[in-house]
Amino acid sequence: MPDTAIAEAPARAATGGPILQVRNLEAWYGESHILHGINFDVNAGEVVTLLGRNGAGKTTTLKSIMGIIGKRTGSVKFNNQEIIRATSDRIARMGIAFCPEERGIFASLDVRENLMLPPVVREGGLPLDQIFDLFPNLKERLGSQGTKLSGGEQQMLAIARILRTGASFLMLDEPTEGLAPVIIQQIGHTIARLKKEGFTILLVEQNFRFASTVADRYYVVEHGKIIDGFSNAELAANMDKLHTYLGV
Amino acid sequence: MQALYAQLLVGLINGSFYALLSLGLAVIFGMLNIINFAHGALYMMGAFVAYFLLNLGGINYWWALLLAPIIVGIFGMILERTMLQWLTGLDHLYGLLLTFGIALIVQGVFQNYFGSSGLPYAIPDQLRGGMNLGFMFLPVYRGWVVVFSLVVCLATWFLIEKTQLGAYLRAATENPTLVRAFGINVPRMITLTYGLGVGLAALAGVLSAPINQVRPLMGADLIIVVFAVVVIGGMGSIMGSIITGFALGVIEGLTKYFYPEASNTVVFVLMVLVLLVKPTGLTGRAA
Repeated sequence: MPDTAIAEAPARAATGGPILQVRNLEAWYGESHILHGINFDVNAGEVVTLLGRNGAGKTTTLKSIMGIIGKRTGSVKFNNQEIIRATSDRIARMGIAFCPEERGIFASLDVRENLMLPPVVREGGLPLDQIFDLFPNLKERLGSQGTKLSGGEQQMLAIARILRTGASFLMLDEPTEGLAPVIIQQIGHTIARLKKEGFTILLVEQNFRFASTVADRYYVVEHGKIIDGFSNAELAANMDKLHTYLGV
Repeated sequence: MQALYAQLLVGLINGSFYALLSLGLAVIFGMLNIINFAHGALYMMGAFVAYFLLNLGGINYWWALLLAPIIVGIFGMILERTMLQWLTGLDHLYGLLLTFGIALIVQGVFQNYFGSSGLPYAIPDQLRGGMNLGFMFLPVYRGWVVVFSLVVCLATWFLIEKTQLGAYLRAATENPTLVRAFGINVPRMITLTYGLGVGLAALAGVLSAPINQVRPLMGADLIIVVFAVVVIGGMGSIMGSIITGFALGVIEGLTKYFYPEASNTVVFVLMVLVLLVKPTGLTGRAA
């Protein structure tokens, strides 16, 4: 297993330059050292997936980029601006949006309030009619309490609300977890359409079969480090390694 | 019958103060997760600020209704920034002890300078006198306190339950980390919320000044009952605090008429009963 400081750069699937550069990212939960020097890039307009087993450090990587983890060191550059010391509200206002694993739908807010909660941070967000075009179910459930939605609808709401904000860089943490195959397919279509719209997406997934339908590139995370990286074209050739990495 | 209506009116007035104070406590608990024992002292400060404004600055009651909540609210925000914010994530007990200590210090300072007896604060000219309603005599000032408190309570409820700002507050109560990751400056919002809760206490203090006089311990006498109101209504529930505040004031008033011996304990008896049947309070959420 290669334990490279910077994972070998796979072929670029997208035309844009790096929008996110992560170097030697380390993070701690209290006394627990979780990330041990994460290095990777995400180019503008591409979908990059972090793969790895449970507890490998994928979610912590997203949270560290978002500024949610209290203690973190290294370098995270977004559009060439260092954000490792920035607070999460400032990072969000720079154009990074985060959709958490647990979806984060607010029980005390109805669907409309959940949808309208994240403030618009810059121009270019999707208008509501386009969002309802992507997620027609939400339009019919606007008055319902957020947590009364089905798991799939909650996931759609969690994605929909960050599309309004104008953020161009989306971080989606396991958007397919616990969902029915038909809903997973719908989420896949949505991510593909968002990519076409020009969004850059950093995805965390355990389900690499799903990821293979949307991703341009992959990084494998293990024990808080990136241990491998390859493009979607190289996926078939790396299948055996991937099975070993993920234990499937 | 006149006596019954009179007691009902007294109950409604007390209910107004209970509602304003418990509403502030509910807002603060909901957002900061702090049981604000300093609330009574801040209510007293509201009354004293109105007294100082009138006697030192010649600023009348109407301006005091606006200025005292702002001044005491700023004092509250300084408390939050310098002390309370460090308690985030700690057990409730720390917040309770700290705010109790703040209350003792504030009350002690005022007692040192002004003693324990009350200072007079006159009813504004426009609200003097009374109206004969046929079945009872209604002092105008007391009617004003009830109506104004109700309007302020409902406006606060509307702000929190029906506006975008309120949606931020409610969401931040549930998951402040995620709300901040959406781009909202949650620490600043928490400071302003504490200021709002404290401002409501100070407003109640100004309203109370012409009725109860201005005394350093006026808040200490009231706060225990207000905490019982909050427990009955449910910690953190906005509408629960308003309804329970007014309802318990009326129940207390009725008890004074029908069984005066129990009037000081009826609220606490009700608190025990509610806690036995529904430990989260009538409209509260689980801790």
